[in-house]
Amino acid sequence: MSTEVVCELISADCLVDRVRALKQAGWRLVQISATRLPEAVELTYSFDRDRRLANLRLLALSGGPGIPSISGVYWCALMYENEIHDLFGVVIEGMAVDFKGNFYKTAIKHPFASVKPPAAVKPAAAKAAPPSPVPVTA
Amino acid sequence: MGYFTLTRLALKWALSKPVTTRYPFEPRQPVPGSRGELAFTKESCVYCNICAKKCPTGALVVNRAGKRWAIDRLLCIQCGCCVESCPKKSLSLTPSHGTIAITKDREWF
Amino acid sequence: MARTIIPFGPQHPVLPEPVHLDLVVEDEKVVEARPSIGFIHRGLEKLVEKKDYQEFTYIAERICGICSFIHGQTYCQAVETIMNLPVPPRAHYLRTIWGEFSRLHSHLLWLGLMADALGFESLFMHSWRVRERVLKIIEATTGGRVIFGTCKVGGVRRDIGPEAAADILKELDGIESDMREITRVFLKDRSVKDRMCGVGVLTKEEAYELGCVGPTLRASGVSQDMRQLGYAAFHELRFEPVTRTDGDSYARCAVRCGELFQSVDLIRQAFARLPGGDIAVKVTGNPNGEHIARTEQPRGEVVYHLKANGTKNLQRFRVRTPTFANLPALLKVLQGCELADVPVLVLTIDPCISCTER
Ligand code: SF4
Ligand code: SF4
Repeated sequence: MSTEVVCELISADCLVDRVRALKQAGWRLVQISATRLPEAVELTYSFDRDRRLANLRLLALSGGPGIPSISGVYWCALMYENEIHDLFGVVIEGMAVDFKGNFYKTAIKHPFASVKPPAAVKPAAAKAAPPSPVPVTA
Repeated sequence: MGYFTLTRLALKWALSKPVTTRYPFEPRQPVPGSRGELAFTKESCVYCNICAKKCPTGALVVNRAGKRWAIDRLLCIQCGCCVESCPKKSLSLTPSHGTIAITKDREWF
Repeated sequence: MARTIIPFGPQHPVLPEPVHLDLVVEDEKVVEARPSIGFIHRGLEKLVEKKDYQEFTYIAERICGICSFIHGQTYCQAVETIMNLPVPPRAHYLRTIWGEFSRLHSHLLWLGLMADALGFESLFMHSWRVRERVLKIIEATTGGRVIFGTCKVGGVRRDIGPEAAADILKELDGIESDMREITRVFLKDRSVKDRMCGVGVLTKEEAYELGCVGPTLRASGVSQDMRQLGYAAFHELRFEPVTRTDGDSYARCAVRCGELFQSVDLIRQAFARLPGGDIAVKVTGNPNGEHIARTEQPRGEVVYHLKANGTKNLQRFRVRTPTFANLPALLKVLQGCELADVPVLVLTIDPCISCTER
């Protein structure tokens, strides 16, 4: 398969220009994905042309400036951007349609925004998860 | 453009037997090879706890000291992981869907 | 003219899935459709932090109740690529066969729902009668009707013996002739065509630019099918993507009808070339690396982005499901359509909301 993750690391300022260039060259937006890292959110923009994949990677520092929206170039990006805003709490500026956090109706605001605290995950999991196999004596 | 294109099919099925079974009056025949209820053979089990460790949903509990084995039927997803991992072949998946679990407690063997 | 907002869903008689759209209507015309999702957001992507990477196959498979097998397959392919596992060829072929069976049952389900949305109840029943024959084969070979549970990291968990294969191929002939009778109604009947021809047209450029995938894209004339990537056994099988050029609802229906017979053909080819040997390899260690896997589901291209850091839990698991990519196109075709056509248009992209929200 030809889907090695080769990523081009870019900065937020040149994102829109790079994306516009890709669109003019006939690439299709496949997805935008976000990964929570300890001190930043890593955004991966994937594009496809003739079943080849190109990826752009961007780091959104927590508390840093917002990320420019690419929905002016690819209108369909608004779905991914609203999703990333609602789940990860990343500020994205200038979305074609801004749902203002109402795209996903979740009980917890920005559910994916927290980094996994290695120690804190356990007790919370025990409560939320379905009954775990605690040894019971009959 | 066609008119009455379903007529032939409708007539054919109006004259033949229905494909559905009259379920509560006619019991469902389990499909051979289906993954249904998990069956446990108490005689061969050595209470090694492997099945409980392998179960992805945590449906099984093994009490080695008391020689007891238990399953939470509502948690079991009939995946068959425990069946594959049991060294004594004490577990099997029967094709029948079994009885409906109505309480949330474990069934102890 | 005064504008009214009509909520469509989350519960709607035509769709068994909780899609929610706010339709802004002027008279009987829809001016704008605003989606909101999250009605059934389950946070499955977050669950990787609790389940180890092998157990997660079961969760990946449960993302969707209809294209379940291909979800599990894509997940396994991604993990296998990261771990560099030599998956035996027989496992690849079996995955291909089950994947195509799942496409058959998914498309037949869609045809039935489509007939139901048009108000053609008897056609709906006939589609599902044929689908039941496919489900019987699936249940006999994998043990589950819609959740197959046969894919695991490193291969598959069940084999299909030679006698079973012969029986399946015989049954497949019957299914094929049944499908011919049904698709004839969908493609020829006046009442069906009246509801679908010229409704919800997406041009080739629009479809490509809006990022459509699967039958929605191919109905607009773009010949793109992720099976051409050659994953599993597809690099050894012959097939051409089914395309149409009109881009309307009828074209999307015709593409799916065409794909039914394509799947039957692919299953026959795969059985004819089915190699012998093992069906799984032993898996040790933990994955470390990153991979983006893409496969073709009944609804279109699915993208799995996996990031592993050498522990037994993945760091990030992200799924972009086909319906998510098709939603922007749906919003575009809904603009300016008749209110009565909304259910039909929503159905033509074959929405699967459960997997969209994960
Ligand atoms: S793995 Fe088998 S032998 Fe061991 S406890 Fe479970 S059922 Fe008993
Ligand atoms: S079949 Fe699967 S879910 Fe059920 S008890 Fe066995 S391992 Fe657990």
